[in-house]
Amino acid sequence: MTALAALTGYYLRTSFTNKFAIVFGAVQPLFYLVIFGPLFSRSGVGSWDTLVPGLLVQLGLMSSGLVGFGIVFDQRFGVLERLRVTPTARSTLLFGRVLKDSAVLLVQAAGIIVLGYAFGMRAGPVGVLLGLLLITVLSIGMAALSYAVALTIRMELFAPVMSTLVIPLMLLSGALLPMSLAPTWLDVVSRFTPFRYAVEALRALFAGSYTSPTVLWGVLVTLVFVAAGFTIGTKVYQRENT
Amino acid sequence: MIHVRGLTRSFGAVEAVRGVDIDVSKGEIVGFVGPNGAGKTTTLRMLTTLLRPASGTATVAGRDLFADPAGVRRRIGYVAQGGTVGPFSEVGEELVLQARLYGLSRTEARERVAGLLEELDLAGCEKRPAGQLSGGQKRRVDIAMGLLHRPELLFLDEPTTGLDPQSRTNLWGHVRRLREESGMTVFLTTHYLEEADALCDRILIIDHGRIVASGTPSELKAVHDAGTLDEVFLAVTGHELREGAAA
Ligand SMILES: Nc1ncnc2c1ncn2[C@@H]1O[C@H](COP(=O)(O)OP(=O)(O)O)[C@@H](O)[C@H]1O
Ligand SMILES: [Mg+2]
Repeated sequence: MTALAALTGYYLRTSFTNKFAIVFGAVQPLFYLVIFGPLFSRSGVGSWDTLVPGLLVQLGLMSSGLVGFGIVFDQRFGVLERLRVTPTARSTLLFGRVLKDSAVLLVQAAGIIVLGYAFGMRAGPVGVLLGLLLITVLSIGMAALSYAVALTIRMELFAPVMSTLVIPLMLLSGALLPMSLAPTWLDVVSRFTPFRYAVEALRALFAGSYTSPTVLWGVLVTLVFVAAGFTIGTKVYQRENT
Repeated sequence: MIHVRGLTRSFGAVEAVRGVDIDVSKGEIVGFVGPNGAGKTTTLRMLTTLLRPASGTATVAGRDLFADPAGVRRRIGYVAQGGTVGPFSEVGEELVLQARLYGLSRTEARERVAGLLEELDLAGCEKRPAGQLSGGQKRRVDIAMGLLHRPELLFLDEPTTGLDPQSRTNLWGHVRRLREESGMTVFLTTHYLEEADALCDRILIIDHGRIVASGTPSELKAVHDAGTLDEVFLAVTGHELREGAAA
């Protein structure tokens, strides 16, 4: 417990001293909000309440999905090995990092929501808070998986592979344009990505239907995703790094 | 303090360590000497629970390496060859984190870090990023990382590689003092034979993953009728230590 608190505190301090990085981590959804949002809200496809949930999932992919990049440096400079030789459980070492990542995501998501309201989003506070909770939980799974990938593939491949991979995942989730517009094949493919369910649940929450099946599915898929992500992340973290 | 039999480990087709036996008693400073690629780091990483041996048995600091790796971790310090801190990280903050991972409270951690920095002539470095320290200072920070929890046994992987001669002798002084003051056992690797001669009570020579000779520096010289450890090394391995070494 003292170890987890120390780790999380340490990672939070080092992350939040670099405010630029926190803003920069959210830069893609911010661009979409500011430059694409005004078009989208007049397109007849949906409103700000449709777009902002999508941008939150995009944020999860772009921010938490790429956190593994940081561990690449820890590995190179021997920090990881130094942590691993302490009696602190390796799952705790991972969890400390991931808690920081979800805290960062929460701050970024709150920023996007505030801007969304400024542009004309109308969602009620309860739906938005529940949505924030869902996306924060989702980010735990994403961050854990991101570390797992970073510790598995060759260091120099991480940035190009992951920044490429998150684009189709984001598009397939229906984050930018709802999948209800998709042709059948695309709709089917998108059902195989967990993020679609999160996007739809967030949209339902923002629309005020807290107990609709869409929300339940989104919560269920997200929980399974987080459990899987954290299990895989811990496995990889426990594995010796050769 | 260390009892190892038949330790092996391969990486793909490379047999890095091929059946190593090691015995180290409490309070000894033992040098693990060999050229680059001999298997020193691989052996140390196995003894510190970071790599799983393919076969063999090992007791480290009184705990079975396989049955109780966490117990081993609590009792040992390990300073890796490649350093412990990124260049932009503040030394004090990293040390306090490390101390807390060893179970010290926040106050204990701060006090312990301040004390260790003092002991290792690093007072005033607390707020500095590691990248701004000299090579010798940085290495002493690495050593501090391994000492926070007052381990019984300290593993140092090439603690003086890349340091200038003055920083090296300074570091030897610190290692000797640790043993004198706390009775700590030190197991260190080096590829400087004169360092092993000057600093270590006993030496194990490893070459191509096997231990080819062991003894005190004077025993080794006497047995091989040699004036220096370089001659001993040549006699037991058939080649020079630096030969082909990328160091
Ligand atoms: N993680 C690894 N993956 C593949 N080969 C490795 C790895 N670590 C060490 N080796 C190989 O094992 C042998 C022993 O290496 P090492 O233990 O680092 O030697 P030393 O520390 O004595 O220089 C070398 O041939 C090295 O290339
Ligand atoms: Mg080595």
